Amino acid sequence: MTKANTYAELLQLPDDKGHFGPYGGRFVSETLSHALEELENTYKKLSQDPDFQAEFDKDLAHYVGRPSPLYHAERWSRILGGAQIFLKREDLNHTGAHKINNTIGQALLAKYTGKPRVIAETGAGQHGVATATVAARLGLECEIFMGAEDVKRQSLNVYRMKLLGAKVTAVESGSKTLKDAMNEALRDWVTNVENTFYIIGTVAGPHPYPMLVRDFNSVIGREAREQSLTQNGRLPDALVACVGGGSNAMGLFYPFLQDEAVAMYGVEAGGDGIETGRHAAPLCVGEPGVLHGNRTYLMQDNDGQIVETHSVSAGLDYPGVGPEHAYLKDIGRVNYVAANDEEVLSAFRELTRIEGIMPALESSHALAYGRKLAQTMTPDQHIIINLSGRGDKDIHTVAGIDGITV
Amino acid sequence: MTRTEEKFAALNAAGKKALIPYITGGDPKPEYTEALMHALVDAGADMIELGMPFSDPMADGPVIQKACERALASGASVQGILDIVEFFRKKDSTTPVILMGYLNPVEHMGYKTFAANAKKAGVDGVLLVDLPPEEADDVVPVFKESGIDTIFLIAPTTTAQRAAKIAAYASGYIYYVSVKGVTGSATLDVAEVGEKLSGLRKLTDVPLAVGFGIRDGASAAAVGQVADGVIVGSVLVNCIAEFAQEPEKIAPALQKHIKAMREAMDA
Repeated sequence: MTKANTYAELLQLPDDKGHFGPYGGRFVSETLSHALEELENTYKKLSQDPDFQAEFDKDLAHYVGRPSPLYHAERWSRILGGAQIFLKREDLNHTGAHKINNTIGQALLAKYTGKPRVIAETGAGQHGVATATVAARLGLECEIFMGAEDVKRQSLNVYRMKLLGAKVTAVESGSKTLKDAMNEALRDWVTNVENTFYIIGTVAGPHPYPMLVRDFNSVIGREAREQSLTQNGRLPDALVACVGGGSNAMGLFYPFLQDEAVAMYGVEAGGDGIETGRHAAPLCVGEPGVLHGNRTYLMQDNDGQIVETHSVSAGLDYPGVGPEHAYLKDIGRVNYVAANDEEVLSAFRELTRIEGIMPALESSHALAYGRKLAQTMTPDQHIIINLSGRGDKDIHTVAGIDGITV
Repeated sequence: MTRTEEKFAALNAAGKKALIPYITGGDPKPEYTEALMHALVDAGADMIELGMPFSDPMADGPVIQKACERALASGASVQGILDIVEFFRKKDSTTPVILMGYLNPVEHMGYKTFAANAKKAGVDGVLLVDLPPEEADDVVPVFKESGIDTIFLIAPTTTAQRAAKIAAYASGYIYYVSVKGVTGSATLDVAEVGEKLSGLRKLTDVPLAVGFGIRDGASAAAVGQVADGVIVGSVLVNCIAEFAQEPEKIAPALQKHIKAMREAMDA
């Protein structure tokens, strides 16, 4: 089989059981199985329904503010002296990140299925804010689960969610970060499955979530591809996006999967450095396993217990990753790399000072690697970096590192 | 007949229902677990569900979450739990032992290795909470080959169609989850459970055991009226938590609960 054929087949995934090769699936306790079957059927029907699509597109245009620009970072590109860098400005979306694309879509599903309550897990708080936002707009009851550790380091977003009318529940179990928030959201869902819609924020979890979160976010890649052709008359040579669970990356990559000449780089959180073991880079150094309803690469110990992760960015502090990324890694379509905290902070400062754009620390992982990559390329080549979110929420973290109390 | 089939047959002949306690293996420390298992049997338990601790027990409430944390902090591991069963078997060859846990640690060991080691240790069945029948094709045959039952869950939300599929796969017993929720949550509605179970009986001859929401003699006896087995977990794990620092008090506390349930069920 030729490469092009293989890549075309990627667009058909997942299969009927939600598998991407050996990854994905639906590993949940029995109580949730029926709700997931229902969601799958609802989504199958609505994704073919022109009215649903029209409503989604309308919300993306008039509520989110899409399309987001594809911005040529000319000054930064010139200073780096390599490839031309284009930033896909998801930071300019309403609520400040790509997360809103998916919550708009899932909230519409909640509306169509008549569930009066939505729940979500959140790490950095961006998905929590995006969920609280759509819940406010649709008049849905909303509860957000957030690791107690993240509640502390993302206090601004916690207050935003509360202002939007959401109940924010701090999760004290385990490592008190994103994975524990997801455990707790699943526990809530299993208890309240009849009146509650679980808005998962990333391309992980049981089928059909990885598929539908990807589909709702793939507006990023569709626009970027179109903008690249219109503005530059050509496709980019490379795409770069950060990967925690991997929703912004999947959203950017998916519409380009067939474009063989476009290289792709997913950047995981290197934390203190891969060699220290204190990181959140399951695709770089993890092993396959099953967590949160899907089989994927995980950070785990010799006994199959999930280990704690470390990253300066709460949004990437997760020991698993979307199953589609696991498959794209295995077949070699996407290269997965890591950027450590120090490189990330340096990229954060650099973009802020050179382009006047303050990126989220999550997105700064993509910038840190994109910066390196650009310098290995020539000025006639193009890179698109997904600027998945804005950095306002991280000012306290960065100020803290600088020894300043804001 | 397997040990589990023999046990259910003997109980049936005696007109009794199975009392199945759950404790988390290695809680509070691995060296206590075997003695606690014997204590449960001495007090009237018919079979034992032994939890394999997992770092992310998504289907469990706070009581069993903390039990997993205690067990893992004191060095519990999958192989360690299998070793405990092996020691237990040296003194008790008749009480079925069912391991209950999550898929990842078992998958990490490898299904074949796990099944072989479990067989050697004297394990009778395995219940993996996050392994529904749709994903079990690689697992059930491997366990079957080692003579180990795969125990599946059926929940109040399970449709008739799914229940039929699960019943076709099941052996040992079927674990009916009495309430929507995590372990240790709400109390159950016995009439509703009875109705569900009579529907399930039309699908299968495999014994039906009920868990979630059983906390005392009265609820155990009530469930015993409609089910073949009564599973009790969080109330026991709570005793272990309470006396984690005074381990000599754990066995008597567990036995008090088991005796009360046994008496109420046999009355």
